[in-house]
Amino acid sequence: MALAEDERLLAWLAIDLDASLRFAPGMIIVTSERLLAMSADDTQWQAWNYRRGLTLARRDHAGVGTLELCDASSLLGHWRYTLGSDVAAGRLVDHFARQLSFRLTGEIPAVSALALCPNCETPLLAGQEECPVCSKEIHEPPSTWTLLRLGRFARPYRGQLLAGFLLSLLTTAATLVAPYLTMPLMDNVLIPYQNGKAIDPGLVALYLSGLLGSSLVAWVLGWGRTYILALVSERIGADLRTTTYEHLLKLSQEYFGGKRTGDLMARIGSETDRINIFISLHLLDFATDVLMIVMTTAILVSIDPWLAAVTLLPLPIIAWLIHVVRERLRTGFERVDRVWAEVTNVLADTIPGIRVVKAFAQEQREAARFRAANAHNLDVNDRVNKVWSLFSPTVTLLTELGLLIVWAFGIWQIAKDQITVGVLTAFLAYISRFYLRLDSMSRIVSVTQKAAAGAKRIFDILDHVSSVPEPINPVHLPSVSGRIELRSVGFRYGTRSVTRDISIVIEPGEMVGLVGHSGSGKSTLVNLISRFYDVTEGAILIDGVDVRSIPVAEYRKNIGLVLQEPFLFFGTIAENIAYGRPTATRCEIIAAARAAHAHEFILRLPHGYDSLVGERGQALSGGERQRISIARALLIDPPILILDEATSSVDTTTEKEIQKALDNLVRGRTTIAIAHRLSTLRDANRLVVLDRGRIVEAGSHDELMAREGHYYRLYQAQARNVDTEDQLHTLRVDPKDEGDRE
Amino acid sequence: MMDPPPYRLCRNAFGRLECTGTDGEVHEGVVPVRAFPITAPEHGIALVDPHGRELAWIDQLSDLPDDFRILVETELARREFMPEIRRIVSVSSFATPSTWEVQTDRGSAHLILKGEEDIRRLTAPALLIADSHGIHYLIRDRHALDQQSRRFLDRFL
Ligand SMILES: Nc1ncnc2c1ncn2[C@@H]1O[C@H](COP(=O)(O)OP(=O)(O)O)[C@@H](O)[C@H]1O
Ligand SMILES: [Mg+2]
Repeated sequence: MALAEDERLLAWLAIDLDASLRFAPGMIIVTSERLLAMSADDTQWQAWNYRRGLTLARRDHAGVGTLELCDASSLLGHWRYTLGSDVAAGRLVDHFARQLSFRLTGEIPAVSALALCPNCETPLLAGQEECPVCSKEIHEPPSTWTLLRLGRFARPYRGQLLAGFLLSLLTTAATLVAPYLTMPLMDNVLIPYQNGKAIDPGLVALYLSGLLGSSLVAWVLGWGRTYILALVSERIGADLRTTTYEHLLKLSQEYFGGKRTGDLMARIGSETDRINIFISLHLLDFATDVLMIVMTTAILVSIDPWLAAVTLLPLPIIAWLIHVVRERLRTGFERVDRVWAEVTNVLADTIPGIRVVKAFAQEQREAARFRAANAHNLDVNDRVNKVWSLFSPTVTLLTELGLLIVWAFGIWQIAKDQITVGVLTAFLAYISRFYLRLDSMSRIVSVTQKAAAGAKRIFDILDHVSSVPEPINPVHLPSVSGRIELRSVGFRYGTRSVTRDISIVIEPGEMVGLVGHSGSGKSTLVNLISRFYDVTEGAILIDGVDVRSIPVAEYRKNIGLVLQEPFLFFGTIAENIAYGRPTATRCEIIAAARAAHAHEFILRLPHGYDSLVGERGQALSGGERQRISIARALLIDPPILILDEATSSVDTTTEKEIQKALDNLVRGRTTIAIAHRLSTLRDANRLVVLDRGRIVEAGSHDELMAREGHYYRLYQAQARNVDTEDQLHTLRVDPKDEGDRE
Repeated sequence: MMDPPPYRLCRNAFGRLECTGTDGEVHEGVVPVRAFPITAPEHGIALVDPHGRELAWIDQLSDLPDDFRILVETELARREFMPEIRRIVSVSSFATPSTWEVQTDRGSAHLILKGEEDIRRLTAPALLIADSHGIHYLIRDRHALDQQSRRFLDRFL
């Protein structure tokens, strides 16, 4: 395809699907003169020159984006691509629209003044060089030598580890004295006695005390070694656990949404413990074994090189066997881990939902689910054990064969008078220990793999970068007035585009009500403002500063959040109220409780403010819990307050109580309130009506009623006492009456 | 054959489906949505207007007159994108995130698996794999894959 002489290329998009949604490459180009396209279905470029009425629109559904080129009367062309190129598509559409408008009016629309990321066009913040959206996409697998990464946690204990290693060395050396003494004991005492010479008691006492001495030394040294290393490994495990947990707490809502509680608990609990045991027991044993083998080899070679060579012959075979089994066992053990997480997941699912299980009498079903998970667990374990069970006996067999070779070769050499009986006895004593160690060394294969699998699962957490990243050059806001601005905010959960192009400015002290059908994106908007998620398009600014450039914790301190389902931690009521500001005095706590209309019911509890609540604690009603969570929000005295259906789960009388509490809370703060009952939002300065992720109307109650639009219909529906939710969700099965809906 | 449905369907110049109800009201941009896209794709299809309201319910595609059925089927084909994995050619690593090269019923493709939890077990033996861009790849029967693919897959299950 040839461009005209002064035609310039403005933007292009490589598409990866054809019209029938098969993977096939194609290209769409916006030039200064026209739009060019060639998909896999075309044999040559198609071109459309700019003219009035042309529009290029972008839509997406289920991971596939569509570009549609239309004129006033019909569809001219459409192209499909996977969402990986969505940003490029957005840029293409933008360039097209600007160039078209330039062609028609001769004016170029202003470009937004914000600095944009060259990759994805996310607005960059002051002082930000790297785009927060692009840099968080890491697709690199973690390194396979995961266990070595544990070194980071071992570094603080270098000294103790070195001491432990030296002690290991000495212990091993001490244990090797005993077999060595069997040689003179045999040759100088026992054999001469058989040949008619009397036993020399002094000599025997010397050898035996040597045996006793070496055992005692080995005992003391071994004790010290084990103690020091157990101490160290316990600390490494604890460090690992806390570091992982701390990191986990910093991860965004998105991460927790995608993980199951049981799985995360297993990782932080049992995986760290497994690594701990690996370091304190298995790794230690292994190091000792290697030392033992090296030393034994040295001793054997010094006594008799030929016999030593024969003795060590099976070693490479066993090493090879270990290597072969290693791969199969590793995958097997990884699978065992995952299956184990599956079993705990069933528990984590069922136990919190036990009321539902019992209410629907589904105990049997849940038991069956657990049994099925267990059966799967058994199945996977059986498969691993099939390989594993063959492994140890094979090693034992090989050691027996090795001993047999030593016997045979030794007897032959004695017959040729090349070695004494004592030498053979010493060799046999060494070799049986030696092979014993090889056998236990072979266990290191499985435990190393298990520990590596565990380490990988922990580093999966540690390597996860929060999708709500901390700013690199943070901006600090000394005091927040509470002006919130949303600039064409768009957000998607995965591929589901939930909100699009939302722009609102909320002035300090203003109360804004968000209304709309359930699922219209109200909570999503609140999640974005609270920075539980970061926007995928546009920006949210507080007092004119992008929220992404403020440290997350510092930012959230300015927000009081009251949710539909208040969560109380295990602890006293006072502690729960003071959760956001643990330093609050008793007076402050009581003042907050009073303002939240919680004071009186708290006093009615047997232990007042010291009553325990939360799981296993005092049972509180929904309205009571809600008022405690309101007191919690009041206590931190935030400039911004967010109420997400704070009164939806309670009856009307309780709602009145809560409403009174909320009136205290709202005073003088920027407030964003979502309420199911529209009547609760009467006080709002402004109502913003959302529908399917877009703002459809905004204004005061009276204005919106006068307009007779979306809000009017919502309000009418509630006034008629019809539950809007139910109406929405009723599935009309009968196609006959499909015409008469409102 | 059932009674003809009480609405009429056609495709307009913008390529959108139009549905005309009994009262003569015309809805533009109607989309068919399967109620059980994986377990029972042929049963239960709703015609939904752009506001997400259900206009009509089709129990079974074969109930429709041919012209309507073809309209609905082509519209479904235009919207649905769930490549079915036939073979896993290679995987970049057994630790996630991992890039897979796969052959699907819609040609070969690369997908990035962010974590093992993105492989969802549907009713056995089917699996659904969500890639990093949210495209869902279906494996209808994981036991029916060839040995190498099964071995790759096993490492992630
Ligand atoms: N974590 C999530 N993952 C995927 N989709 C979600 C998630 N949370 C909400 N959604 C979807 O986003 C849409 C808006 O939800 P939400 O903001 O909670 O609505 P509202 O609060 O107005 O009832 C809904 O269609 C919902 O299904
Ligand atoms: Mg909500």
